[in-house]
Amino acid sequence: MHSIDTELAVDATGVARRFGARWVLRGASLTLRTGEAAGLVGANGSGKSTLLRILCTLLRPTAGTARIFGADVVQDPDLVRASIGFFSPIPGVYDDLTARENLLFAATMLGRPKRTADETLERVGLTHVSNERVRGFSSGMLRRLALARLLVHSPRLLLLDEPYNNFDVSGIALVNELIRETLARGGAALVVVHDVASAVPVVGPWFTLRDGIVVPSSGIPLGIPSPTPALAMASAGGTR
Amino acid sequence: MALRDEWHRARAVAWKDLTAERRSKAGFNAVAALAVTILVLFGFALGPDSEAIRAAAPGALWLAALFAGVLAFNRSYQMELDGGALEPLLMYPGARRALFAGKLMANFVFVLLLLVIVIATSLVLFQVAVPPTWPALLIVVLLGAVGLVTLGTFYAAMASRSRAREVLLPLLLFPMLVPVLLAAIQATKALLVGGAMNDAGAWTSLLVAYDVIFLILTFLAFDYVIEA
Repeated sequence: MHSIDTELAVDATGVARRFGARWVLRGASLTLRTGEAAGLVGANGSGKSTLLRILCTLLRPTAGTARIFGADVVQDPDLVRASIGFFSPIPGVYDDLTARENLLFAATMLGRPKRTADETLERVGLTHVSNERVRGFSSGMLRRLALARLLVHSPRLLLLDEPYNNFDVSGIALVNELIRETLARGGAALVVVHDVASAVPVVGPWFTLRDGIVVPSSGIPLGIPSPTPALAMASAGGTR
Repeated sequence: MALRDEWHRARAVAWKDLTAERRSKAGFNAVAALAVTILVLFGFALGPDSEAIRAAAPGALWLAALFAGVLAFNRSYQMELDGGALEPLLMYPGARRALFAGKLMANFVFVLLLLVIVIATSLVLFQVAVPPTWPALLIVVLLGAVGLVTLGTFYAAMASRSRAREVLLPLLLFPMLVPVLLAAIQATKALLVGGAMNDAGAWTSLLVAYDVIFLILTFLAFDYVIEA
């Protein structure tokens, strides 16, 4: 087991991932220091979500290594999971439980006091529906509930996959507030976005994932790059 | 401390599964209806011979519990897959054996309730009287349920990653359950419709051995089968 490195939040080197014959990542490297909120952009299918899922231990890399605060995502997944919070486009809540029950469950699983569930519901603006089953919630409300789960956790590293989707203005502000709070605690955030404008107030530096490799952007990315035609053919053919 | 945390987490998973199941209702009602239907069909298949019916009762009740249980095991992971909740569940820190323990507890309660209905229906349909050795029968039922639920929960986790999970689960589970079913049926037969008590004792011991072995193996292997 590795000791926790307080300086490097993410240290990924040569991360590659193949699905069948198709290489999605071809040696992506990325370093993120504590106090940084990095933005990651790229075309659809460029591997942004795959990289996040590798960093949060949901997928194993085919090649390469990745460390979160010094802990290897393959060798020490428990240590990694204790320090990260992953926000996915799918809310992942239980339809037949109420909003409060969903958060109480999350609080128990995370070893947090139960009162944090009520405090967090108030913060995300769901107190008025806290005892209703989430089956009837709108997609925005479901996303708020998923965000509340992240607030209950209050992790050192945020891995956010399209965090602004389905949010109104106050929801977007809530996401940015969460990022600021995490940075203020000495944490870090890696944010995958298409909606660059919403992230600009809190995110930087920026990286672009293209052809399976992460490259630093010189400034705020204005357009989402497309994969090169040669690479698209190579991906389909299975060469890395 | 760590064990206490794991216990809290396992209990939370069980509570969550049982609460969702209680609220949806459709799941348990459908599974119980299937079990009763299987028993009725067995009754028709065996004909009017009351001796033959009585002799077949232990086998019929355990097979009904098995077929209905498979639906329950599948549902327990379907609940996670439907709303994309499996990934957040796997992301919680701590040992994943707590998740397995929680699923196991919830499925155990579910199958026990199912067995109560199946046994009550069997006693009526197959004209079997409650034996004086009912406490021993209760122990056999509990041990059989442990074996059934342990393997069912484990293989349902394995099958949950497959698109053909409904077909895959019985294919994986049924062959592995043969020793548990055989021991449970024989022990139940000895206690319910006659036979030497020694027979029941030997089969019960075998059931205990299978339960212990399967519990240890499934807890050790769960981390590997739930990985993507």
